[in-house]
Amino acid sequence: MAFATHLARQIVNAIALLIAVLVLNFCLIHLAPGDPVQVIAGEMGGASAEVVAALRAKYGLDQSLMQQLSIYLGNVAVGDFGYSYYFNQPVLGLILQRLPATLYLTLCALSAALAIGTLLGVVSARRPNGLFSHAVTVVSLAGYAAPIFWTGLLLLLLFGSVWPILPVVGMADVVNPKHGFAYVLDVGRHLVLPSLTLALVFIAQYSRLARVNMIEALSADYVRTARAKGLPEWLVVGKHALRNTLIPIVTVAGHQFGNLFAGAVLVETVFSWPGMGRLVFDSILRRDYPTLMAVLFFSALMVMTANIVTDMIYRLVDPRIRTGRR
Amino acid sequence: MLIRRHFVLGAIGLVAATAASPAAQAQSSGGNTLVVATTQVPRHFNGAVQSGMATAMPTAQIFASPLRYDDKWNPQPYLAQSWEVAPDGLSVTLHLVKDAVFHDGHPVTSEDVAFSIMAIKANHPFQTMLAAVDKVETPDPATAILRLKNPSPSLLLAMSPALMPILPKHVYGDGQDLKTHPANLKPIGSGPFKLTEYKQGEYYTLEKFDKFFIPGRPKLDKIVVRLVSDQNAAVVSLERGDFSALPFIAGARDIDRLQKAPNLIVTDKGMAGVGPLNWLAFNTRKKPLDDVRVRQAIAYAANRDFIVSKLMGGKATPALGPIAPESPLAEAGVEPYKVDYVKSAALLDAAGYAKGADGSRFSLTIDYIPGADEQQRNVAEYMRSQLKRVGINLEVRAAPDFPTWAQRVSNFDFDLTMDTVYNWGDPVIGVNRTYLTSNIRKGIIWSNTQQYSNPKVDELLQAAAVETSPEKRKALYSEFQKIVVSEVPIYFINVSPYYNAFAKGLGNLPNSIWGMMSPLDELYWEVPPKT
Repeated sequence: MAFATHLARQIVNAIALLIAVLVLNFCLIHLAPGDPVQVIAGEMGGASAEVVAALRAKYGLDQSLMQQLSIYLGNVAVGDFGYSYYFNQPVLGLILQRLPATLYLTLCALSAALAIGTLLGVVSARRPNGLFSHAVTVVSLAGYAAPIFWTGLLLLLLFGSVWPILPVVGMADVVNPKHGFAYVLDVGRHLVLPSLTLALVFIAQYSRLARVNMIEALSADYVRTARAKGLPEWLVVGKHALRNTLIPIVTVAGHQFGNLFAGAVLVETVFSWPGMGRLVFDSILRRDYPTLMAVLFFSALMVMTANIVTDMIYRLVDPRIRTGRR
Repeated sequence: MLIRRHFVLGAIGLVAATAASPAAQAQSSGGNTLVVATTQVPRHFNGAVQSGMATAMPTAQIFASPLRYDDKWNPQPYLAQSWEVAPDGLSVTLHLVKDAVFHDGHPVTSEDVAFSIMAIKANHPFQTMLAAVDKVETPDPATAILRLKNPSPSLLLAMSPALMPILPKHVYGDGQDLKTHPANLKPIGSGPFKLTEYKQGEYYTLEKFDKFFIPGRPKLDKIVVRLVSDQNAAVVSLERGDFSALPFIAGARDIDRLQKAPNLIVTDKGMAGVGPLNWLAFNTRKKPLDDVRVRQAIAYAANRDFIVSKLMGGKATPALGPIAPESPLAEAGVEPYKVDYVKSAALLDAAGYAKGADGSRFSLTIDYIPGADEQQRNVAEYMRSQLKRVGINLEVRAAPDFPTWAQRVSNFDFDLTMDTVYNWGDPVIGVNRTYLTSNIRKGIIWSNTQQYSNPKVDELLQAAAVETSPEKRKALYSEFQKIVVSEVPIYFINVSPYYNAFAKGLGNLPNSIWGMMSPLDELYWEVPPKT
């Protein structure tokens, strides 16, 4: 019951926050210098004042900002995200075509980062001052510190040119489309570099977190008790200690969805991954307001969903929160 | 649908991939397919309402046009098997081929030509292109007569595939707004290839049209155009044979790298029609730049040769004037402004800007279009050190993105700016806009943002636009070029390098003035690529 109430409260909060995000994005985007009509008129090689005025009227840009905002919010309320100035298509269609690819990439990268990061952290926690532990620290910090597009380009050159074993463009072979298991393999191969690039940033954080928490857990009383009972080491580490190590990692991972999307924008551009990343980038450059606002809205929606889900998982995993005991 | 399968199978694929055989994945499917990579994403496939290279490339494959051009600027028959321009220059008669059909089987008639020309006139961004056309008469299905308000020698070039796609009236003439017409994404034309698939932001596939009106063409069965968002990925993939063509390569380093690849042919042919000029523009209404001597002084200090040979790695062609050097109308006998610091200083002194105690004369700002470092930012940075030599302090102003730069420049809020503007074949289409007094339009980028105004230049451009004698027309443009270069509203630097790279083994490479923006119906594999 308390769980359901909590969930309902979270959802109400999220809706209020989404409206705030919509308004804030609208204001921010309209504060940027230049407007879409300027971009379009530029392509015309010097349009007349009448043409420019007609374009502004067509897109409703001749109205006051408040009017534009209220019309926009009204439209969004009924699921109408407007028409892309640039692609001359309904925005919703554009986004829905690309959203799955972004979700797919981010979820794969997140899963990989969680699995690899936790494993590295746990292993290095066994001998915190060993060579392996130091190596993990150095490599993962390098992955964390390097700009993501640079890491992407490096991997692109390494596995695309120097040692050309992986595709570096797109999501699947479109020239000779594969079927059945060959198709699965093909998609998997296309996924390796973009998801690895994105995962590298997060592996560092999760391995550090896992290492610190594992070291702490291994010196805890309940682990000493488990060992005293004569339980095998793999069970002590893999069950008793790992469970408490995972809680903070899951929390951090869930709350990092926003960063994950920001990283995806860059990774998608480097590897021509057909997701929303490139759309964000191009929409900013073209001041394609409707597309940009819709992309930001959906990103916010996903980040909030991820946060709520994390919160719920956290409550399920950690009985202390459920029962209110600390 | 496809994506959903990705989801289900992705995890398995990821695991399986690590065990996959380490063989490079060749995307060239052999046989008779051309795989093109490009960073140019088309908004849609209707060049009647949209300018630019991204749309022109597929438009020229899907739609046929009245004429096409060879590599010497000569018009060739296409949908029009012959044509006549009336002696008074007030009408152009097109005699259409008899057996052309659209991809849906409907015959191409003069009705379609008339509809398309009026549609382009009403909707295409290049408003000056068909401004002279009053109406199109259709005395019979195979004859179209364009009636003009005034002679228009640029009209024949405007009949190129990239600029005048002939649309089927029965599809596009249903009263819907052409700019947002659903058929723009599912186009039907009479060109050599049909669009069979388009995945937004990913790729589009063009397949051979069996009933194309030129027998034995196209020679290719299929063209797959992969939309690549990162030029590095495109270059690497081309090197390893994933793609067979990469058009519009602009960076010297990429060009250099691909020229060294043993499996590729890299050419700078095929952009003459576009004539993309890269230049330094002055705000001629702002002190001290309103004084022609100051502008000339800057031109003498700028050192075009160094910029082209060193900053651009020798991959760009120098440009001396407003008409791109490959155009038959280009005038080579203009002042080249060879670097001369003494002359530059003397001009500044004469203009009343003597050096102060600190060695400087005055300060200015320079802007540039963000995102094109080699052509824009590097040159702007270099100008700062060059002008310092003659006592001018130059501050480089970066803009975060294109609209910010466009806002500044179009509202005359600048001193100097780097800029790139395309000729688009005939001066009437892409040159006049930069110099006509009537085209000083605040708030509109790529109009006459220099605010340059010279009645003599206006007169020459207006006369040349309607001059039907080619010799007289060339003479008018020669005079125009000499004046503009001597008055320096713009210091011309270079033709933006746009190279095309092709896999070896391809024959009849598209080297005409429109290059990849012309029909690829003659392109073929001499030696098919390995599968």
